[in-house]
Amino acid sequence: MPKRARKIRVSCEVNGDAASFEAYPMTRLLDVLREELKLTGTKEGCGEGECGACSIEMDGALVNSCLVPALQAQGVKIRTIEGLAIHGSLHAVQQAFITHGGAQCGICTPGMILAAVNLLARHSQPDDTQIREGLSGNLCRCTGYMKIFESVVAAVRRAETRA
Amino acid sequence: MIGKSVPRKEGREKVAGRARYVDDLSFPGMLHGVTVRSPAARGRIRATRFEGEIPWHEFTVVTAKDIPGKNCIALLIEDQPCLAAEFVNHPEEAIVLLAHHDRYLLEEARRCVRIEIEPMPAIFSIDDSLAREEIIWGQDNIFKSFHVEKGDVDGAWTGAAFVVEGTYETGAQEQLYIEPQGMIAQVSEAEGVTVWGSLQCPHYVHKALMVLFGLPRERIRVVQTETGGGFGGKEEYPSMIAAHAALLARKSGRPVKIIYDRAEDMVATTKRHPSRTRHRTAVDRDGKLLAMDIDFTVDGGAYETLSPVVLSRGTIHAAGPYACPNVRIRSRAVATNAPPHGAFRGFGAPQSVFALERHLDRVAEAVGIASDELRRRNFIHEGQTLAVGQVVKEKVDMNGLMGRAFELSGYHAKRKQFAAENSNARGAIKRGIGFASFLHGAGFTGSGEEYLASEVAMEAMADGTVHILAGSTEMGQGTNTIFAQIAAEALRLDCEQMKIIQPDTAYVPNSGPTVASRTAMIVGKLVETAGLGLLKLLTDGGFLRPGYTAADFSRACGEYVAKHGPLKSFVKYEHPRDLHWDDQKYSGDAYGAYAWALYVAEVSVDIRTAEVRVNDFVAVQEVGKVINPVLAAGQIEGGVAQGIGFALYENVVWQEGRMVNAQMTNYVMPTSVDLPAIRVYFEEIPYGRGPAGAKGIGELPLDGTAPAIANAIAHATGVDVRRIPITAESLLEMLEAVHA
Repeated sequence: MPKRARKIRVSCEVNGDAASFEAYPMTRLLDVLREELKLTGTKEGCGEGECGACSIEMDGALVNSCLVPALQAQGVKIRTIEGLAIHGSLHAVQQAFITHGGAQCGICTPGMILAAVNLLARHSQPDDTQIREGLSGNLCRCTGYMKIFESVVAAVRRAETRA
Repeated sequence: MIGKSVPRKEGREKVAGRARYVDDLSFPGMLHGVTVRSPAARGRIRATRFEGEIPWHEFTVVTAKDIPGKNCIALLIEDQPCLAAEFVNHPEEAIVLLAHHDRYLLEEARRCVRIEIEPMPAIFSIDDSLAREEIIWGQDNIFKSFHVEKGDVDGAWTGAAFVVEGTYETGAQEQLYIEPQGMIAQVSEAEGVTVWGSLQCPHYVHKALMVLFGLPRERIRVVQTETGGGFGGKEEYPSMIAAHAALLARKSGRPVKIIYDRAEDMVATTKRHPSRTRHRTAVDRDGKLLAMDIDFTVDGGAYETLSPVVLSRGTIHAAGPYACPNVRIRSRAVATNAPPHGAFRGFGAPQSVFALERHLDRVAEAVGIASDELRRRNFIHEGQTLAVGQVVKEKVDMNGLMGRAFELSGYHAKRKQFAAENSNARGAIKRGIGFASFLHGAGFTGSGEEYLASEVAMEAMADGTVHILAGSTEMGQGTNTIFAQIAAEALRLDCEQMKIIQPDTAYVPNSGPTVASRTAMIVGKLVETAGLGLLKLLTDGGFLRPGYTAADFSRACGEYVAKHGPLKSFVKYEHPRDLHWDDQKYSGDAYGAYAWALYVAEVSVDIRTAEVRVNDFVAVQEVGKVINPVLAAGQIEGGVAQGIGFALYENVVWQEGRMVNAQMTNYVMPTSVDLPAIRVYFEEIPYGRGPAGAKGIGELPLDGTAPAIANAIAHATGVDVRRIPITAESLLEMLEAVHA
């Protein structure tokens, strides 16, 4: 048998709740989320940080969870797609994706929505270029991105009318 | 309900991350499975060795000997083995399967299986296949050939003012759905074989498993899980993965999950067929087409799979929406030692349409008239016949589509402006604008729908909820939503009252594969008819009167069920009697209806770096009644994006029949910063036989996008583009040749 590293215990915050798990240090955070914490909303599309389907927020930064080793999650705050809706009420970006056709097959959608939410946290009034660049790490094969851009714009507009 | 942008039926689950894809499912005691594949392109399997420090006794190992029925993936024919037994015919062909509960150890084990192959000569190109020095399939390396003949082609050349020839090529293209392929299988004495997975065609998988296991229909069950994109890539290959998972499940007695990683998915599964088209065209002095002689060849890879039907669609679309009196199309699908090429949105048509639309720009140049004028003089009109002899009965107006697309894109002004700027300015950025005009037939070709004889069922429950039962799958394109809209319209209810039953061969009838732009038009019509059938049962029985409310409907359903039992409607496709097709002559009514389109692309080319940017894209099409404007526009936008990838970025690099850039890092698809605004416009002429007048739409955008871009690049640079993808590297070479 090949030699294996020993598992370590990692404690962090996931979607506002304390979480603790055991994993090999280099286990991908993506696998921890999906298999240990049963948060299967985070998807794997390529496993090499190209497609962004596994995007999550770690201490407010958008990361590809397939490239983050489990040990790096110690003490951080993680937000996944499951943590976006509050008491079953969808986030404005989620709602806009439904209304404006931002989701088709849905596999890139959780990562894409987190990328959009992350973008809006940095730029509350993003222009077309900022939207395109903010989402450029997330590949979508269905939509051609147009309806995704429209969804983001609609979410911004909705936030404006509420304010 | 029709014509409204009703929100996607399963949208809430998808945006919340709650939709369950196959890799999100886990069963108690489940093992993981992997595939050990051929390291060689062609040869005889000499030995299989299990090496390394691996506890092999813990593993379930499956080879061809473990197959209880026939060792094949049954599709059109049965030539493709499920597991290679004696010979391999392409790189990455499956030979051995392994299962274990620890997927990390499983991956190490996979690398420790040595397959020894005694190599045999292999062929990797259309030319080598046609040369027939090595016969690798059948008698002559030909999977299928067609010959379409209209008028007198041989007699037309002498009267021609111009004869224009050209050869055009298209490369392989990876479907690149973001969810890789995967399946879970469970096999038991009591329940037979059950598989859950990411797939387009549950009944294709069902048929393949029946043959592989030698089991009757009712002992095989196929369930579609939420599917993260397909585009044709999940039409035939899922049968292979289902077969592999099921063999491991049978031997281990445990549920087995096989999920491909991206590299395996790209290297082992199907791609769009590479193609070569030769055109020889006779025109008169005014640019009127006199004769088209078209020779179309696709590379099918090592086994037949769907190549005959891909070839068929490519052949029928090869002469486009033009009225030419004399047409000959000869075509063939040939064998090479690459993994089989397969279904990809457009299904042969994007290849032959690229060739034609690029060629016609060259014909116009030879005649000395504008490329739009050449098209205008040859566009087909109602009552005229297409190449396959089909008389067009639709109110087609290609001139109208062209006018609208040109107005929206500013085509004429830009054509002049760019030409002037490009010739005068010393700048490195050249701009161009080009277009393509095309058609796409909806549904199976010729007699295909008649043979399919699709079925749909609908059941109204006692509380008034209406269940729609069909084998047609949702993979992002909107099946669930449009079926709900069509049924709701027929029943005059809200979409929320409609429930789509998950495609599961144990419960849903076979409504045919979810392919060929047939779901909205063909299956949608069956849904509409089934809805009207339910309504008739209620009204004829006196349970419901005209002018009813949703509450009345629900009450009526409750009363009907209490009195008569289940309230069901069952519909089977009936082929229109006035549609005739001759399979021998390959002529007649190829499709019940066509979508018609004209796309305009505007590009800029940096002639120092050969970088191409698409700056604007206008897509105008006539697709019958649009059922859901947001979903329909989303289909076109997504298809145009894939078409832009096909034209510019998506380059499969082959080495001895194997894709060597099988990663998203070096196989490049368009990102959000690569695409222009894609502007989509619909003309709607209701088609009498479609649900509420709808025609097919899904594949259409793949046909015209690449040639529109190629023509725009030719306009910008003067480069005579003959091959796609037009990568920066290939364009640089062509630019150097032009300026040399």
